[in-house]
Amino acid sequence: MSMLKEGRPTTPVPVKEAHMAPQTATGNRALMLEEALIFEIGSTDTTGVDFAAAPQVVSRLGSLARTDSIGLPGLSEQETVRHYTRLSRQNYAIDLGLFPLGSCTMKHNPRLNEKVARMPGFADIHPLQPQSTVQGALAVIHELAAWLVTLTGMHSVAMSPKAGAHGELCGLLAIRAALEARGDARSVVLVPESAHGTNPATAAFCGYKVEDIPATAEGRVDLEALKARLGPDVAAVMITNPNTCGLFERDMKTISDAVHAAGAFVYCDGANFNAIVGRVRPGDLGVDAMHINLHKTFSTPHGGGGPGSGPVVLSEALTPFAPLPFVEKQGDSFALVEEETAEDHHAQTFGRMVAFHGQMGMFTRALTYILSHGADGLRQVANDAVLNANYILRSLDDVLDAPFGGSGPCMHEALFSDKGLAEGFTTLDIAKGLIDEGFHPMTMYFPLVVHGAMLVEPTETESKAALDQFILALRSLAERAKAGDEALKGAPYHAPRRRLDETLAARKPILTWTDPALAIAAE
Amino acid sequence: MRYLPLTDTDRQDMLSVIGASSIDDLFVDVPAEARLTGTIAGLPDHASELAVERHMGALARKNLSAGEAPFFLGAGAYKHHVPASVDHLIQRGEFLTAYTPYQPEIAQGTLQVLFEFQTQVARLLGVDVANASMYDGSTACWEAIGMARRITKRGKALLSSGLHPHYVSVANTMAKFTGDALVHEAPTLDATTDIDALIASIDKDTSCVVVQYPDILGRIADLTPLADAAHAAGALLVAVVTEPVALGAIKAPGHMGADIVVGEGQSIGVGLQFGGPYLGLFGCKQKYVRQMPGRLCGETVDAAGKRGFVLTLSTREQHIRREKATSNICTNSGLCALAFSIHMTLLGERGLRELATLNHGLAVQAADRLAKVPGVTLLNDGFFNEFTLVLTKDARDVVRTLADKGILAGVSLGRLFPDAPQIGNGLVVAVTETVTAEDIESLAAALEEELA
Repeated sequence: MSMLKEGRPTTPVPVKEAHMAPQTATGNRALMLEEALIFEIGSTDTTGVDFAAAPQVVSRLGSLARTDSIGLPGLSEQETVRHYTRLSRQNYAIDLGLFPLGSCTMKHNPRLNEKVARMPGFADIHPLQPQSTVQGALAVIHELAAWLVTLTGMHSVAMSPKAGAHGELCGLLAIRAALEARGDARSVVLVPESAHGTNPATAAFCGYKVEDIPATAEGRVDLEALKARLGPDVAAVMITNPNTCGLFERDMKTISDAVHAAGAFVYCDGANFNAIVGRVRPGDLGVDAMHINLHKTFSTPHGGGGPGSGPVVLSEALTPFAPLPFVEKQGDSFALVEEETAEDHHAQTFGRMVAFHGQMGMFTRALTYILSHGADGLRQVANDAVLNANYILRSLDDVLDAPFGGSGPCMHEALFSDKGLAEGFTTLDIAKGLIDEGFHPMTMYFPLVVHGAMLVEPTETESKAALDQFILALRSLAERAKAGDEALKGAPYHAPRRRLDETLAARKPILTWTDPALAIAAE
Repeated sequence: MRYLPLTDTDRQDMLSVIGASSIDDLFVDVPAEARLTGTIAGLPDHASELAVERHMGALARKNLSAGEAPFFLGAGAYKHHVPASVDHLIQRGEFLTAYTPYQPEIAQGTLQVLFEFQTQVARLLGVDVANASMYDGSTACWEAIGMARRITKRGKALLSSGLHPHYVSVANTMAKFTGDALVHEAPTLDATTDIDALIASIDKDTSCVVVQYPDILGRIADLTPLADAAHAAGALLVAVVTEPVALGAIKAPGHMGADIVVGEGQSIGVGLQFGGPYLGLFGCKQKYVRQMPGRLCGETVDAAGKRGFVLTLSTREQHIRREKATSNICTNSGLCALAFSIHMTLLGERGLRELATLNHGLAVQAADRLAKVPGVTLLNDGFFNEFTLVLTKDARDVVRTLADKGILAGVSLGRLFPDAPQIGNGLVVAVTETVTAEDIESLAAALEEELA
């Protein structure tokens, strides 16, 4: 062993069995630090914020002053930074590696977008300021709206919906308002079995009966069955295109024509717009309404589960029913059309969906992203997203079953099933194995139409080297699952936690922290 | 194209693995007549980071930001100082660029934050449980009305005249399609709330009474009699809090008998952002938890017996229940919940109380000063950090004129209630810790000049 003269070893002793991972006294493992809850480490008398002294006044709170102990622990600033930094390190993220969640479009989030959103002129303006003081903000909304309308070939866009499902709601409310305006109450919305769960939930929320549309063996909407079901009771058909099996609906235009001939409307779930942006405009396929997830196609960060943003592009037929408020260019300035001014020229609006004007913080990010890419870059986004997915599909379809591999090229996501895995091995085992390999798992068990579905969406922001490493990992896991490697059932081994007991969580829900001392006293 | 890592060589190599001769071969399923052969006409091509920043910066400078002016707007969105470490921490890529925590083994950071957030919110609102957030206060309010319908099997909701009019509009939009009957009138310029009138209106068809606290005019009242009256008739009390800082000073709605308490969490950690993204708060009594909308995080253990957290009770949600779900909501407002939770952790109970006391103290000083301006009357008996002034002329005009002088004076009732011209002289003024004595003097002087 080489050693400095004071006795400090400078080369490691070769690792032997006896040196493998002993327990530590703290439960920490070097950089992997366990972190207690704020309720366990903070105190209600600690604060990380200093304030000026409050003026002495006669209270106007009457008898309502809060005198109970609220029970909100505080930490000093340093402890706060450390608490959340430690917690952050227990998360996987796009910034760490490939995040191939199908249908979720986990692409790189450029930091220029964050910088722009934080400019005081955008971040520090109130939604009810006089319009003369927010002309730049209204210009952003107007400019983004123009891009979305042009990229989709639609007539208008409702900007206020807060997320994709909220956009679906917007589209269906516009459809229902349009039908009611012509005195045509209809009761049924048709939704493919492969649709996102939000589609049937939204239709039901709007008071519609939901019926399934069957799919063909090749994974697309069964056109003949759809045509046969259309009738005077059908209000709308909700179609995801590209669909959740990763395929483009070849018959989309024919479907739209048939739906329109039957007096109904076409709602397109735009969750997968990333595959086709700049390659085809939904407006040219007869779509009446489609939400655009700015947090997918246009790269606003997912933030661990929101906030999203779901503007809805609308056809000419639905435009009169669009929600309030919206931005209109009037001469050289921009105006926000709200309840006060809508009666003049937007009397058929179905109303307001949110308190203010939508996700402004997402609009600034999305517009920044769009301007960075431009028309040529956005077309390249679709090209590379589709190329990457097909590369994964064809690199793995010899070891994993690709149920629709013979149905033509996939779009931006590759779909595999659990067919051919050894008895007792599941999609979940492969997903958890991917965690140990340093990847976020793909979307699993969706779409529902494929048993043990694995839906892989690499996005265009992955390099070939990153894709190759992912393919290597998934190939290895597929081989292990086919060979019945029992060790896979214990995965993940190297994550901050092993598999978690979801049944226990649901059976005896613990949704808030209770001081164990108080809990014992109560018993 | 700085966000696209593939080189042309990569693309060719990959196409040959796929067995395609060109990228166009991958789009063969797009109907030929709809295929775009080149870039869409009339749109600019890609631009450098510098060029984009310049363009967006120019637009940003066309706005008068709150920090540049004496600023008194509230009415559902409040300017508070957000400590620097909040924004630093939410920009950690592991939070910013993570997805919904569907793979809990590698999402314990987000999940523990949500568990802590749910506990903080429940304690602040004075309820048993809270969810992992909603889109914003207005949509949370509507979801509460829907939840009350499911629980009581009744379809008539009484909305207080003191409820934010945009929240009323959102509820009206949804109710048109769900068949709920909503009862609501515009407020009147009274010193006290409409609680007595609400109590008198409750009947056997009432699913819930929805009351804002403090209300849109800044008024506050004990909700206990309203809760008692609602419960006696088999109805629920839904309380709406648009300024959660208030709950560091005034009693929590849950402690006054509210069954469901919803709110807008923007004022803690999130910032103004021209109205979004914001943060819907949603809490209720334990017995109603399975009727709650939105995501919930719960505690459990892993296969090795260690404590961990997962999303739970998802059998209420759309991805499992589809058309039978309690709500179609999928995304929540995760990053805003993180910002709220960090800010609340920095404050702690002591800091929250100090912040609330400071807000109230400055608001009292401002109200007393402004009430001395000739032509200005203070409406409220009680208030927290927001109150209503009654002017001798339409407040919309006053607000516009003062904006031209660089003073953001407040929110006029004409802007909020365009159908109620009888209250058009009302001006809602919010005073937070960001307001200085000089700001108050500037507003007083400008009002004096304008109303002279």
